[in-house]
Amino acid sequence: MATYDFIFDSIGLRDWCGVKESSGPMTMAELLAGSKGSDSEGFLNKAMSVPFPSLDELNEACSSLARTRDLTKAVEDAFLGAKDSLKIVLDPLTQPLSWILEGTLWLFAATPWWLMIPLILLLVHVASKSLQLVGFVASALLFLSFIDHYSFAMQTLSIIFVCATLCVLFGVPIGIVMSRSDRMQRIMIPILDMLQTLPTFVYLIPLIFLFSVTEPKLYGIAIILYAIVPVIRLTDLGIRLVNKEVIEAADAFGMTKSQKLYSVQIPLALPNIMAGVNQTIMMSLAMVVIASLVSAPGLGVLVLRGIRNLELGVGLVAGLGIVLLAVILDRVTKAALARVNASNSVPRH
Amino acid sequence: MTDQVSISIRNLYKIFGSNPQEALKRVYDGASKKELMDKHRHVLGLSDINVDMHAGKITVIMGLSGSGKSTLIRHVNRLIEPTAGEIWVDGENVLEFSEERLREMRRLTMSMVFQHFALLPHRSVLENTGLAQSVRGEKKPNYEKDALKWLDRVGLGGQGGQYPHQLSGGMQQRVGIARALTSNAPIMLMDEAFSALDPLIRTDMQDLLLELQDELHKTIIFISHDLDEALKLADHLVILKDGRVVQQGEPQEILLRPNDPYIVDFISDINRARVLRVRSIMKALKTDAQQSISGEVDAEDTLESVIALSGGDADQIFRVMANGKPVGLVYMRDLVRALVPTSASAGGIRRSAARVGAEPSPPN
Repeated sequence: MATYDFIFDSIGLRDWCGVKESSGPMTMAELLAGSKGSDSEGFLNKAMSVPFPSLDELNEACSSLARTRDLTKAVEDAFLGAKDSLKIVLDPLTQPLSWILEGTLWLFAATPWWLMIPLILLLVHVASKSLQLVGFVASALLFLSFIDHYSFAMQTLSIIFVCATLCVLFGVPIGIVMSRSDRMQRIMIPILDMLQTLPTFVYLIPLIFLFSVTEPKLYGIAIILYAIVPVIRLTDLGIRLVNKEVIEAADAFGMTKSQKLYSVQIPLALPNIMAGVNQTIMMSLAMVVIASLVSAPGLGVLVLRGIRNLELGVGLVAGLGIVLLAVILDRVTKAALARVNASNSVPRH
Repeated sequence: MTDQVSISIRNLYKIFGSNPQEALKRVYDGASKKELMDKHRHVLGLSDINVDMHAGKITVIMGLSGSGKSTLIRHVNRLIEPTAGEIWVDGENVLEFSEERLREMRRLTMSMVFQHFALLPHRSVLENTGLAQSVRGEKKPNYEKDALKWLDRVGLGGQGGQYPHQLSGGMQQRVGIARALTSNAPIMLMDEAFSALDPLIRTDMQDLLLELQDELHKTIIFISHDLDEALKLADHLVILKDGRVVQQGEPQEILLRPNDPYIVDFISDINRARVLRVRSIMKALKTDAQQSISGEVDAEDTLESVIALSGGDADQIFRVMANGKPVGLVYMRDLVRALVPTSASAGGIRRSAARVGAEPSPPN
């Protein structure tokens, strides 16, 4: 006897419900119910344990109603049904991402360390113009190489390099479009909110169905989707925050839309855009560790090994390496940002 | 004034809100600004504006904040679209311009100076000065000479390599003026150009503007909330209140014959002797009568300087000269009469302005 039998009896749907039988996969609740003892007696006890009229409960009273597991099954089936056609469209579209990732991974691995490390230091110097920072990056890289984490660190770095670059390449134009149209902004903000709040593992679920786990684009897409949000948001914000009077001046002197964009809006929004790039790089790094679950190479693999095999030291040292990379990337982009800010400071009235 | 009209604004209305056309009908039916706001949630920004601005003259549009003066100036180059009306610039209706033609007009015939300077912070002073040219597609070497010339002219010689944030407010506004002059446009729009500057620098900039205007003869539209500034600069003064023109004309004329209590309040505590000029109060030259002339004064002299000349003697008569010829006589008696102050009406705009504190009252 189910709790909600009376509903279906009273509205005369008993016939439609038919005999009790359940099809489809067994739910956890059913399993637990099977191992439980008999019902406890007493009105108070019954009142205390009245279940919420959820799908599962109603299904007990009327088996024609779907259960929640049927609902999730339907989502599954719908996704699997659409999968093949989605794949036909998405596979060729995203294939270049695989190539780029493979190519960059190969390039970073093929470049000998005695060339790679000076190159990185040169880049740091160009971006930051700070010898102190160059010294810090040098010692961090040498330390990682010394403890045999060089190749892992380079793999992580190359993935971040590709994904962050693509994020900027796609994110800045999207941000610009958003800043130009309130409607676009209204559409995009919920999407960005969703991308930012979805637990990182949830991204991986549909991606694993769509692409093979061995393809680099799988983790590439996951990282890009996760890390692109800040650069879009801050580009939009930066352009919207550009002093209204300066925009008016640009209009008053007869600038075209593109002149205004390239010579006023983007330069003035640059500090904000750079802050977005910094955030994007940091988020790519956070995701690249999780992406090692789906075959992304790099330091994340070592962390995963530490967890899987309970090799405590391996996991912790690799974790330290990730922290070092994070500090390097953060300091370098912040130093570059500070230089942009210094040459671009807006007068206060 | 008989010279050519450069900008002519006809029956201009601007209504802010969700459905301005609907609201416009109510305004045509006689709804007031307050009524429109309370009943229909629309703001009547400008109402039935008719102003002629003459080529080569300075037209000052004056009013308190919220009177619509900044909105009005932005209609001239269509930074704001009107709800109804016509704007004629050199015989063409600006409102019929295509986007292309409008841009051309903004590039070639108009320049603008802003209250908060609106310089591009990432470009050097020189590049800012040459903005108009670079927008037209010219390269730096081509406009550099022009830009340097005007920077020099506004007193910023040798500062071209600086960045705007390295300059003080007064210097930044000089760059703003140099930028407008370098564009070589015949029309200059100045939106409260000196309001953000402190009083001494403001006086300096006013003198600079007058000096430049003496040789350049641009058509200048100047927005101000400061009566002293307006009287000093204006060839033609337009006084706005709540989006309407209350009075317009020659400033001396407005001062001597205000036609609205609002203006009486406005002019009640300015130093009339310093603003009124001899030509406004002089009488016709009598050649026959024998009078003792105490001296000669120029038609453009202020009454203050005549008082100083007379040493306070109220019986004296001066001969008024213009371009080296005698044009009239000024009697000290008339002069004293002209100085009788108009008193502020009780509960007038001065009080309410002070209470609201929206904008500082004109300094004295």
